[in-house]
Amino acid sequence: MDGRTRRGTALLDGSRLIAESCARAGADAYIGYPITPASLIYGYASRRFPTILPAPDEITALQWMAGLSAVGKLPVSATSFPGMALMVESINMAAMMELPMLIVLVQRLGPSTGTATAGAQDDLLFLRGIISGGYPLPVFCVSDIDDCWSLPPVAMQTAVDLRTPVVLLTSKEMVMTERSLDMNRLGDIAPVRRRAYDGEGPYRPYDAGEGEAPPFLPIGGDEHQVRMTASTHNADGLLQHSSVEALANSRRLRTKVEAGTPPLYHLDEAEGAEALIVTYGITAGAAREAVEMLKEEGVPVSLLVARTLIPVPDAYYDILARYRGGEKETRVPVVFAEENLRGQLASIMFGERLPAGVRVVGDIGHMIRPADIVQEVLR
Amino acid sequence: MSEFLTTPDFPYCKGCGHHQIARNTVRALEALDFDPLDVILVTDIGCQGIVDRSFATHTIHGLHGRSVALGSGIAMGMEPGKEVVVYIGDGGATIGLQHLLEAARLNVDVTVVVHNNMLYGMTGGQPSGLTPCGFRTVITEEGSPYPHHDLCRLVHEAGAPYARRVLGLGDFSAELEEAFDVEGFALVEVLELCTSHALKMNPGLRLRELAEEADYEPGTWRGEARPAFRLEVKEGSRSSLLDAEQIHETDVRFRSSLDDRVALVLGGSAGEGAQRAAELLARAAMGSGLHATKKGSYPVTVGVGFSTAEVILSRSPILYHGIDEPDGVVITSEDGLKQNRERIEGMRGGTVWLDESLNAPETGAEVRKRNFRERAGGRNAAIYSLLTFVDESGVIPTEALVTTIRESSIEKYIPDELLDPFD
Repeated sequence: MDGRTRRGTALLDGSRLIAESCARAGADAYIGYPITPASLIYGYASRRFPTILPAPDEITALQWMAGLSAVGKLPVSATSFPGMALMVESINMAAMMELPMLIVLVQRLGPSTGTATAGAQDDLLFLRGIISGGYPLPVFCVSDIDDCWSLPPVAMQTAVDLRTPVVLLTSKEMVMTERSLDMNRLGDIAPVRRRAYDGEGPYRPYDAGEGEAPPFLPIGGDEHQVRMTASTHNADGLLQHSSVEALANSRRLRTKVEAGTPPLYHLDEAEGAEALIVTYGITAGAAREAVEMLKEEGVPVSLLVARTLIPVPDAYYDILARYRGGEKETRVPVVFAEENLRGQLASIMFGERLPAGVRVVGDIGHMIRPADIVQEVLR
Repeated sequence: MSEFLTTPDFPYCKGCGHHQIARNTVRALEALDFDPLDVILVTDIGCQGIVDRSFATHTIHGLHGRSVALGSGIAMGMEPGKEVVVYIGDGGATIGLQHLLEAARLNVDVTVVVHNNMLYGMTGGQPSGLTPCGFRTVITEEGSPYPHHDLCRLVHEAGAPYARRVLGLGDFSAELEEAFDVEGFALVEVLELCTSHALKMNPGLRLRELAEEADYEPGTWRGEARPAFRLEVKEGSRSSLLDAEQIHETDVRFRSSLDDRVALVLGGSAGEGAQRAAELLARAAMGSGLHATKKGSYPVTVGVGFSTAEVILSRSPILYHGIDEPDGVVITSEDGLKQNRERIEGMRGGTVWLDESLNAPETGAEVRKRNFRERAGGRNAAIYSLLTFVDESGVIPTEALVTTIRESSIEKYIPDELLDPFD
């Protein structure tokens, strides 16, 4: 890449890779509002994106993104929980209008303003319920420095293909910590593929035909009238109270995301595994180290690193079932490792009360240590 | 029927001023010779927001109070020549006031038509920020005790080239026409009375008299004409963030004898270059064939308090970059000591390099007092302390760090007498 066949190593933070990756994948605009620890991405984007806009608040940021998306641009923003909380109503709007965009959510220690400069994995449950009605919004999670490079294009392509806002979840330690990186590891990035509606018309903006996501046509063109709305609506984009057609349209918002979000994960299976560790995000590094430590102690352990978090891929249930057995029997323990108090992915998968054989190792205020995971596996 | 319309009637209550606004909008657009698909009508939540289906233009209907921001995004991203018309009520203008001021400040190419009937009609007639003092509503039966915002003056002060207040009676299409013709931001505030709520609570009220009493006089506020805001696209001039020089890409030029890993904590004061020094150490290690991570820790208040950098140097790839028990701690200031005291006290081995001015905590580590601050000054204490660390620990060749420093942008700030002894 960059014209050199053989490159050296560089000390890089994840923010730089995410910004560059988005730009190469064809992001048109970065809409920014500063917030620690997402501001590094804002800074990089200002030097790299075709255009940036400083918004006066996060509500405006999301509305500007929606407007830009409506006219066919692909906008990106990055924020942290307090900013994301302000964006929620507008994200619902964008999801209902079916407007593609990417929001990078950089987690920091909560609750509330919490500690802006401390990392966390606090926001998955929030994301699971972010759309009124429990509709899923695709959430992909960066689990290592390579993901900072390879996941943004996947997230953006999903946003375009499914006509939806997509969240790329990460955390302070992933985007601000610098790591040595062999530059030869970074593959090429192809621009996101976009196709506009090219039919005879009349264009029906929410008519998905045989598929799940309707073809997109920017608003404001000379050929066809385009209507969009955040209210319950029919295929023409006209507000309706609760007609059969309109409710079917709302139901489609769920099925299109459930059916169309690519299930991305990494599974390392050990023969004769005595446990399965399930993790994502910043804790993935500690989990990998824990697996190595256990191996040295003669305890083979399998590892599932989840990259697609919402909707939870069916594959996760299938994998877990192979390890933990049925409802009553427990073959080997399944240990969720997350930097929060309750195990948020575990909660999404199993509810408030974890079934037998499923355990959580988690804490707040520091990264989960490999030794903590080892201890939980051996308990 | 106008080609701008899909229905001859609008979905409003009989006698509502919204009818007049929709009719006059059509007249003005026709007078300006627009084609329906030249127009993007952005509507808000409120009674004006149910008009979409009556218009044959492009329509987009968003959230309460946000139509100006949504319309701004649309206008920013479009080629000139289209007309973005934003409908909003007085309630929407109240909750979304920031968006109006921002669009006026940037001179975004939208025309905002405020349907000001001085109350929230759709929800039962509650007062808004534009309800005048004395106006009776369902929750202020004795009359609203509060003054109202003057939207025209507010957007005028924010930089709007054009703001106009009209009474929503008869033909005011010429005023709308003038607004649509403005390059950039224009606002037309149309005063009207809600037939369902205002007249019930204020029997016999006349719009003209109310406007006069409430200081809601019709008028025009003209600002400086300036180019409309458009997205500036800098595609061609943008270079990669991974440009080799920009990221100090390095090849292996030195050899480290480290065969495992070393975890180092550098604690100092904000603004004294601890993070930069730690980066240089990491890069020097990379130039010596090692993997490296550098994690920063500091309060939100940049420039005040502590600044701690955690560096791991390792022969094998680093999966987990936290430091639970460091092999070495280097402290250059009181701030740095305070922040890392617990960690030093918890050390069962390893080495602590401490500035001579500081008192050593109880620790299982070997403590080496060194003269960092007096010798190098606050500004260079961090980099000098790491030179000392490298020199005494032998983790990487001292030459690797000296070379990295000499090749960096901070080289010019470091006196030769600090670096020379390490050469």
